Amino acid sequence: MIKFNKFYTQFNIISLVLVIISLGFLIFKGLNFGIDFKGGTLIELRSSDNKINVTSLRDNLNQMDLGDVSVKKFGNDQDYLVKFENKDKKKDIIEEIKFNLDKSFGNDFDFRRVENVGPKVSEELLRSGIIAISVSLAIMLIYIWIRFEWQFSLGAIIALFHDVIVTLGLFSLLSLEINLSIIAAVLTIVGYSMNDTVVIFDRVRENLRKYSDIKIFELTNISINETLSRTLITSVTTLLALFSIFFFGGEILKGFSLAMIFGVIFGTYSSIYIANTVLVRLNVSQRTILKEEEKI
Amino acid sequence: MLYFSKLRIILVSLICLFFIFVASNNLFNQDNRFFDKKINLGLDLQGGSYLLLEIDNKPVIQQKLQNISSSIRSYFKEKGIRIGNLNLLDNKITFNVEEKFKQSIIDEFQDENSNINPYYPRFNSHQFEIIDSGSVLELSFSKQGLVELKTSSQDQALEIVRRRIDEIGTNEPNILKRGNDRVLVELPGLDDPARIKTLLGKTANLTFRFVSKNNQDSFGSEKLQYEDGLNEDYVSKRIILSGDNLLDAQPRMNNQTNETVVSFTLDRVGAKRFGKATSSNIGRQLAIVLDGKIISAPVVRDTIASGSGQISGGFTFQSATDLALLLRSGALPAPLYIIEERTVGPDLGQDSINAGMIALAIGFLLVIIYMFFKYKTFGLITNITLITNLIILLGVLTLFEATLTLPGIAGIILTVGMAVDANVLIFERIKEELKNEKNNIIAFDSGYTKSRTAILDANITTLLAAVILFFMGSGPIKGFSITLGVGIFTTLFSVYFIARLFTAIYVLRNKDKEALI
Repeated sequence: MIKFNKFYTQFNIISLVLVIISLGFLIFKGLNFGIDFKGGTLIELRSSDNKINVTSLRDNLNQMDLGDVSVKKFGNDQDYLVKFENKDKKKDIIEEIKFNLDKSFGNDFDFRRVENVGPKVSEELLRSGIIAISVSLAIMLIYIWIRFEWQFSLGAIIALFHDVIVTLGLFSLLSLEINLSIIAAVLTIVGYSMNDTVVIFDRVRENLRKYSDIKIFELTNISINETLSRTLITSVTTLLALFSIFFFGGEILKGFSLAMIFGVIFGTYSSIYIANTVLVRLNVSQRTILKEEEKI
Repeated sequence: MLYFSKLRIILVSLICLFFIFVASNNLFNQDNRFFDKKINLGLDLQGGSYLLLEIDNKPVIQQKLQNISSSIRSYFKEKGIRIGNLNLLDNKITFNVEEKFKQSIIDEFQDENSNINPYYPRFNSHQFEIIDSGSVLELSFSKQGLVELKTSSQDQALEIVRRRIDEIGTNEPNILKRGNDRVLVELPGLDDPARIKTLLGKTANLTFRFVSKNNQDSFGSEKLQYEDGLNEDYVSKRIILSGDNLLDAQPRMNNQTNETVVSFTLDRVGAKRFGKATSSNIGRQLAIVLDGKIISAPVVRDTIASGSGQISGGFTFQSATDLALLLRSGALPAPLYIIEERTVGPDLGQDSINAGMIALAIGFLLVIIYMFFKYKTFGLITNITLITNLIILLGVLTLFEATLTLPGIAGIILTVGMAVDANVLIFERIKEELKNEKNNIIAFDSGYTKSRTAILDANITTLLAAVILFFMGSGPIKGFSITLGVGIFTTLFSVYFIARLFTAIYVLRNKDKEALI
């Protein structure tokens, strides 16, 4: 049996520090919102001419007075991602750019993807994204509150917040783009983290009924160990799936799969080292669950 | 938990066969079989354009307020009440009356049978509401009046947008209402929406009005620019003909001038009016105004009684074709603005499909190899379950003709990764049970029973996340929530019916073997 409980305090401190650092990043550095949430225009273009490179593209576009233009390579050598604010909200901006690039580089490129999000829509998307995450947290809270005693709910929710905050903190640290698919990733992380925690909690509760003489400190350790191989196997298979999306699923899914990979790792860690330690700190005992059952 | 009746085995097999059949339909190109349902590919996979249009209702509101302000004046004049200081503001009109008439005017506007202020019984509200602000009376749209106005302009806009897009002839466009002032247009297979964007960006409000050179006109006149942006002219506010009077419009080649023109045919009322106006105004310039700009202003040389004519204005064949199309399909009730556009080229779509399929295949293979090494025989059973799970998942998506998007493919891959969870929970539990229980059958049985709550909990949490995403997400993200959510049900089915069946067969045959798992 692995002595997970030996490091409860140390990992609690580490997590606390991580959360504080993440919040610091989120507050002071903020998130790198993509055009979905900030508004603006995105063009993915593929060139068949090696005259075109990031610098020449940027120089060319900068002459068009588009506001803040960003040009990046996108996966494949010949693919580029162009993003700008389109501040003046010019209507035919895409056609203008096409015309302009045609003139400078000849007809050796192709617009593979164009996205144009107005300020009103991006505001709405951001709002509905925040609502979606809040609602999902609230529903998880309600679900776990119905299923378990409040001490368990608190543990699960703290673990959940930990995972979401640290994942977003990491995105802020690495300046990774937040777009619609990241919201989907965060919601899935919420589901996954909860799922992992609930399975261990199920076992903790079962063991609480079984053994009246084992302290919660030991009991959580027993439960973690009993469910450990399941926790690891499921994490491994999920990560296998996610890594194959990350490496083979194309550029568009990179951010999504990366967020999920972080989330699954944090989710697995937090269900062992956060959710359980909350039970320990709240001194949960057999009485906790029996009291609850008497009430019913 | 290990007992399966014959009937149940047959039933499970039939269900599997059914879904294999359904899912396999996606592999065939022809639709000529008796089952023609297929998984739809989202715009991000098949390529196409997504346009969200917003209707700018401000001009409509202004127009309606202008209409009511002129009817107020005449309506109350007949009743002997003089309306003074009538002002048309942004969202309301204000006016003055003598103090003694104030109440009767307010009553008139609040009467359910009011002739001037339509009452909507189903909303229990009038179109306009009137407020006495002390110095003046203020008339503005009521909340319901505004909703009515927006709904009706949305209905009209939807119809016109549909007509314009149908005229261009793209395949299977999807045109839907969003909220009460938006129209969503999905155009599969279209990789350059430039022309459609131009066509949808025009209100196409056509009027024929006389040029009033000396700026004297009893109807009032306004200064309008020509299309070329260089010249301008005063044009009467009196409308001789509008686009509503057009029956047909076609691009033509004028053989005499060798110029591309748009020829039009008028309806009966229009033809009569046009004949009358031209006969009494020979020698004057008739301006053809489109969306506030003069296309051309030819001089009337003769009475035009035939009810048909031509518009010239330096068109190319393309611009004449587009103008004719716009005129045929009618004017939008209000200007439309594109507030969101997402276009994916067909080759990127194909690349995404390929990448998604490769990722699925590799992810699937990795999970299968891992499970086999972890559990051997039971890994094999899990893997068979995974395959049937995937087929059933595709079958369900086919049955509902769901839309598969790139994030949707990610959802399928993720389902593969997470689907083993339930089997793992069961197998691990059985291992634990076997430590204390020597009888294989009893251990397997209680393993299944005791792991049930954990499995249920684990899947409900994921399902909740998927449901929220389904309701909050848009487009591609919705596709993700669908595959993730459906994947949970197919996983549970596969685990409890298929994997358990195989497990049962294996365990019952090897019930005396030790270290079975």
